[in-house]
Amino acid sequence: MNTQLTIGFLPLVDACLPILALEHGFAEDEGISLSLVKDLSWATVLDRLLYGHSDAAHMIAPLAIAATLGRGRPAQPLAAPFVLGLNGNAITLAPKLAQRVRGDEEGLGDPVKVGAALREVALERAAAGKPLTFGVVHRYSSHNYMLRYWLASCGIHADKDVDISTVAPPFCAEALELGEVDGICVGEPWNSVAVEKGVGEIVLSTSQIWRRGVEKVLALREPVLEEKREAVLRLIRALCRAAAHFVDPINWEHNAAILARPEYLDGSPELIRRAIADQILIARGGAMIHYPDFMFQYREAANFPWVSQAEWLYSQMVRWDGQTFDRASADKAARVFRPDIYRAALLGTNEPLPGASSKVEGSIVTPTVVGTQQGNMVLESNAFFDGKVFDPQRIEEYLAQLP
Amino acid sequence: MRIAIVDESAARASIIEEGLSELADCDLVVITERRGMLARMAEIDPDIVLMNLGNPSRDMLEEYFAVSRALARPIAMFVDEADDEAIVASVEAGVSSYVVDGLAAGRIRPILDLAITRFNAFARLQSDLAEARGKLAERELVDKAKRILMQSKGLPEPKAYAELRKTAMDQGKRIVNIAEAVVTAHELMSGT
Repeated sequence: MNTQLTIGFLPLVDACLPILALEHGFAEDEGISLSLVKDLSWATVLDRLLYGHSDAAHMIAPLAIAATLGRGRPAQPLAAPFVLGLNGNAITLAPKLAQRVRGDEEGLGDPVKVGAALREVALERAAAGKPLTFGVVHRYSSHNYMLRYWLASCGIHADKDVDISTVAPPFCAEALELGEVDGICVGEPWNSVAVEKGVGEIVLSTSQIWRRGVEKVLALREPVLEEKREAVLRLIRALCRAAAHFVDPINWEHNAAILARPEYLDGSPELIRRAIADQILIARGGAMIHYPDFMFQYREAANFPWVSQAEWLYSQMVRWDGQTFDRASADKAARVFRPDIYRAALLGTNEPLPGASSKVEGSIVTPTVVGTQQGNMVLESNAFFDGKVFDPQRIEEYLAQLP
Repeated sequence: MRIAIVDESAARASIIEEGLSELADCDLVVITERRGMLARMAEIDPDIVLMNLGNPSRDMLEEYFAVSRALARPIAMFVDEADDEAIVASVEAGVSSYVVDGLAAGRIRPILDLAITRFNAFARLQSDLAEARGKLAERELVDKAKRILMQSKGLPEPKAYAELRKTAMDQGKRIVNIAEAVVTAHELMSGT
């Protein structure tokens, strides 16, 4: 008897793993009948999850924490036993602004230099009473936190010097075109759509801000995870197979064609293939560049839900929601990420499992062999662009020294 | 009390508007355009916002409600734990609602109940239409093809389905197209 599971998603390239687990039969092989529900706003994805239309959801990681802590609505504990991917987002600016702040750089900009140039413009515009405006996909998104992290480190106050508002991914290019925003921070293929239309140029990839930044998670209501635990373990194995398939160059073309279908992303297979291949066209008519690990879906146990990732997101929530650090909330946020479930699902398989469940984020600068529960693991750089290090044991100190 | 009805489907919006118009003391404003929605919202300054659950502007509006300085009174999602049943019913019907804090539940419930009724009525209309167009037949078609494969090739159900899916994938087609081909071929061969 197959277990039926319904997963909600938004039309983004990083919804790939559940889609491919269904399309390639990996879920079926694990005895799971998957059905996928596409929505156009995270509020709807979350509502469906909370009220039982779906069992699990493709979700921006901070939203899973916000829902658990009761930010913006009554608290409902969510659990994230699997990370659907790291990074894969970019910052795209209106062409004139992009050209001004990029300077003579070829390809993607240098985050420090671009930030310094952007600061000049931002302060000019703020002084003129017409502050720069950025669109992010949600208040509780890594896009919002990465953009703010970068701006703040470059001396631009994200609340005072610029305006940041919410724009749904499919409308980002349009918002740039209409001049409603000067820049967007969004996942693919929506940056490339703006580039193709000639209404935006990509200046940075979020992987330049944090080399291994957590992006989407598979989120479930905690009681649902307990109740369907066995099926969730099987789903995780299927998603892992999908991840291995997704990163294999042999499959890029075919997978891009699947994701492009109307029922999924309803977009251009070519733009989607580029994202999968870490290829970025920075400006219309410009050169295509290859930025390794632009999207990061599988290697180095990318799908492992490191508790320290959840804690970093919590630290940013405290920072930007103007709240004070609170140990009990930090613990609640940390418990959203469930490495125990990930381990239970993959123990005895060929997938490597790290020995630790938490790490000092930003501390690795050269490839480092780490202790494992099974298999071998080498972690590459996970640095923040400003060289800061996040020690989950010292969140308060970390917050105190951020600008 | 001012109620804003936000829906990209003008047809559904007018059905809801019509349903709510029987309420006394209510001003109804319908917004179907996404562009300029925030400015309209500031203008209307509604006590309650009703919108379809899947509306693509929800994240933008929630953010606006959360931080807007234009609105003197905060707007909260109608998700009080005490009203869980009402919320389940509204999500089920596809309505999401945002309510100014402090508005008595007794005043909200009849509005929400009416909205749910109208949403459900609209959904029924739609599914009747879909059925008429034969859209729901797709699933039956796949089941039928599966049964044919199970009988003719002696396959268990998951295998039969896997075969359909694999063929669809290999040919870059949708499963329902393959299912249609199987059923058609079967009908031709068996002369039915």
